[in-house]
Amino acid sequence: MAEQLLEVKDLYVNYKVYEGLLKVLSGVSLSVGLKEKVGIIGESGCGKTTTMKAIMRILAGNGIVAGGTISYKGNDLLRLRGQELTRLRRTNMSMIFQDPTAALNPVFKVGEQLEDIVRYSEFTGNPTGQEVKRKAVELLKSAALPEPERILDSYPFQLSGGMRQRVCIAMSLASARELLIADEPGTSLDVTIEDQIMRLLKQIVEERGLSVILISHSVGAVKGFVTKLYVMYAGTMVEEAPTEELFSNPLHPYTQSLLKAVPKLTGGGVPEGIAGRIPSYLTITSACRYVSRCPFAKEHCNTNAPPGFDLGNGHKVACFLYGAS
Amino acid sequence: MKRTTSRRFPDYRKSWYKFSKNYLSVTGLTVVILVAALAVFAPYVAPYPGHAEFYVNYQEAVQSPSWAHVFGTDQFGRDVLSRIIFGFRYSLMMAVVVLSLVVLPGVVLGLVAGYYRGGKVDMVVMRTADIFLAVPPLVLALSICSVLTPSVFNAMMAVSLMWWPWYTRLVYSISSSLRNEAFVQAAEIAGASPFHIAFREILPNCLGPILTKMTLDAGWVILIGASLSFVGLGAQPPTPDLGTMVSDGAKLLPEQWWVSMFPALAIVLVILGFNLLGDGVRDMFAAEAV
Amino acid sequence: MRMSTFILKRLSYTVFVLFGLSVLIFVIARVLPGDPARLALGPRAADWAVENLRQQLHLNEPLYIQYFYWLRDALSGSLGQSLVTRRDVMVDVKDFLPATLELIVVAALLDVALAIPIGMLAGRRANSWFDNIVRVLSYVGVAVPAFVVAIVFLLVFGFMLNIAPSIGRISPSIMAPPTVTGFLTIDSLLSGNIPAFFDAFAHLILPALALALGCIAQEARITRSSVVENLNKDYILSSVSHGVPERLLTLKYLLRPSLIPTVSVMGLDIASLIANAFLVELIFNWPGISRYGITAMLRKDLNAIVAVVMIAGIIFAIANIVVDLIVAYLDPRIRMVEKAA
Repeated sequence: MAEQLLEVKDLYVNYKVYEGLLKVLSGVSLSVGLKEKVGIIGESGCGKTTTMKAIMRILAGNGIVAGGTISYKGNDLLRLRGQELTRLRRTNMSMIFQDPTAALNPVFKVGEQLEDIVRYSEFTGNPTGQEVKRKAVELLKSAALPEPERILDSYPFQLSGGMRQRVCIAMSLASARELLIADEPGTSLDVTIEDQIMRLLKQIVEERGLSVILISHSVGAVKGFVTKLYVMYAGTMVEEAPTEELFSNPLHPYTQSLLKAVPKLTGGGVPEGIAGRIPSYLTITSACRYVSRCPFAKEHCNTNAPPGFDLGNGHKVACFLYGAS
Repeated sequence: MKRTTSRRFPDYRKSWYKFSKNYLSVTGLTVVILVAALAVFAPYVAPYPGHAEFYVNYQEAVQSPSWAHVFGTDQFGRDVLSRIIFGFRYSLMMAVVVLSLVVLPGVVLGLVAGYYRGGKVDMVVMRTADIFLAVPPLVLALSICSVLTPSVFNAMMAVSLMWWPWYTRLVYSISSSLRNEAFVQAAEIAGASPFHIAFREILPNCLGPILTKMTLDAGWVILIGASLSFVGLGAQPPTPDLGTMVSDGAKLLPEQWWVSMFPALAIVLVILGFNLLGDGVRDMFAAEAV
Repeated sequence: MRMSTFILKRLSYTVFVLFGLSVLIFVIARVLPGDPARLALGPRAADWAVENLRQQLHLNEPLYIQYFYWLRDALSGSLGQSLVTRRDVMVDVKDFLPATLELIVVAALLDVALAIPIGMLAGRRANSWFDNIVRVLSYVGVAVPAFVVAIVFLLVFGFMLNIAPSIGRISPSIMAPPTVTGFLTIDSLLSGNIPAFFDAFAHLILPALALALGCIAQEARITRSSVVENLNKDYILSSVSHGVPERLLTLKYLLRPSLIPTVSVMGLDIASLIANAFLVELIFNWPGISRYGITAMLRKDLNAIVAVVMIAGIIFAIANIVVDLIVAYLDPRIRMVEKAA
């Protein structure tokens, strides 16, 4: 296997809240290779964003990494500090947030925010204002934004949702030479705009040869984009497989239900939802987290969480149906 | 997204549970209850109830705190602790009277003005409120009191006269923003009367801010009352008002510090209690929003 | 809308409100019990003298005529005679107002200079020992009445520790600068009299700090919670993830949005500065308009009372406009929304 660009092994993340400890991530593992495009699907609240924030080292104040490692090109990302961490953030990887409105500072012009990022990411010395502005315009153009000068002079609330998302993409382009994390890039947008954004992302990623982690709760969006898919549920990775393989041969009960829940244009009646809800992270136990909704649950599922079983050709499942405890 | 359902009256048991988990709010509530209890049972609790009104005994004057007089005595020989306990009566009375007089009219005016937003009623009510709010509250209270004969009653009337606009403004802003929500329009289409809409649809949504404000206001009204008495425009001697006690005792500083410092601490305690309680009330209602 | 239109609209509305205020306070001063003429001349004056004065003061005419006379006089520079000083109130105002303005301005400056950095620091280091101390102190600071603070300050710093002077605006031994603005600090700088500047400032420190303490506590608390809330906002996390340098982040991208709730509160806090000046000036015997006002109120000097209330209203209104302008500068959404409206 080629050297992995990013490797997350057995990550545990907790959030400290008034009522106690929210044990959100439990043994999450994933890997992204050079120029590899990876997707994560799962329902809201399953910890996808938390994992990404842990990778980018921007967990909220009360978030603690309680175990596991994250390595980037062989270096321990969690131990990185100061200058090295800043350099990494400025040039190697960046994240596109879920809600572009929340990701832009509402009281500053877009140009100012973009230029402050460009100044430190794209230049090493002391660039002039002109150079910075030129670069900013160039980035906006790569994000397929018309009238870049006018956009630079605008405030976020003066732009449409789609434009804001493109601005965020432009910002990420400044500071991502190797890895791009896209957290549900089209969720808060109109479906047609979402489609445009996805196409734009695809084009950018191809042109620049970036590795991508694409998060989505829309199964359709990932299908045409990524080569490897992870399925997350309640803070655990339940299945991992190459895209085609996952769709043609879903093994974990959750994945199966998830794919069945997607409506199909080709008929098949009203799809079924999945009964139940994600368990509370406050009262989580060491059992399999899907046990309350799983139609195949057995005795031992209540006491132990299944580890990932490797079934060959890149397909891994965390379910006792496929391996002994 | 327009709201289609209105927030009804909150689930009280759940609210109380949330409230009771916050130590600060519970402390505030304890303080307020303690002060209220002292005020109500003053004649039975105070060690020297007779000292509360007219009493003179120069032999016992300005004694420093001792076991006989825990907070010492003032320049007339009166027990400071007892006077403070009776002083709580006047403070709380001020808060209760002013708020009872002010909240209802203020809220109703705000509801009406907010409902008929943009109309003549709105203009008249809110402009009048703006005029009353054009000067800092204490200034207006001082000036109204200054043209009346200084007394506790007049101080209460003066503060009541100028306090109502705060509630009107508060309710007006909530009411006028809710006016266009879907649930209000739905009620209108269904044929509900303005009366019903104002009191059954809009008012419950204002309850949280109103109650929070009332709790915090209790503290501020007491503060203004104490300030008025301090200056001499409120309670008159020998009434044991906390503000007057600070003012009288100030002449004896710094040697006989207890005469003014303990009443001052008492004021701080009461206000702090209402502030903490008010924060708790606010959180109690805010939690519903999740 | 343009800034100038905004200011114009606010100013005209302010004038309207102040006009209404003058009616209100005039009515209160005249309608409530007491005979102003009798008060002015004292209980031993002859009845005919009192009646004469009543004619002079138009007291026998209907209320709106009285108001008309008052307004006409006020607009031409006379605010009636003061019972206490026997001078035109306008003269008294010119004498005493600068002292109060200086006090309030210094208090406001102290407020901003202390509350914002303290709040930001506490917010950045949330839950540290510094933050916890700040939170406790600010809670208490809001609950302590201004007159208590003033007394304690006078006592502790003025007398016991003798750190700062507590009597008057300037030491008797220092030569006062010629009056230009009435602000001793500015005037002494203007005339190059540096010792006077420091002396005047030293005299200002205690009362200004006593005045500002409640505001500092309140605003530090609001700034702190605003910072804590904003630190977890996506736009800050995004800036961090892009490697924006920390100082730029804190002093620019975190500061401005966090300031907005604080500055919004400042309007009301200025109200409390003006109101508390009445008590603080009394305690420090500061020769300002508020102490003059309190004396007027105790002596039922009606003309002076009306004048002082109007001045308080004017200062408050101007301060509110300034605060609103600052908020509009900080938050572009407010200016732009007005444009759409």
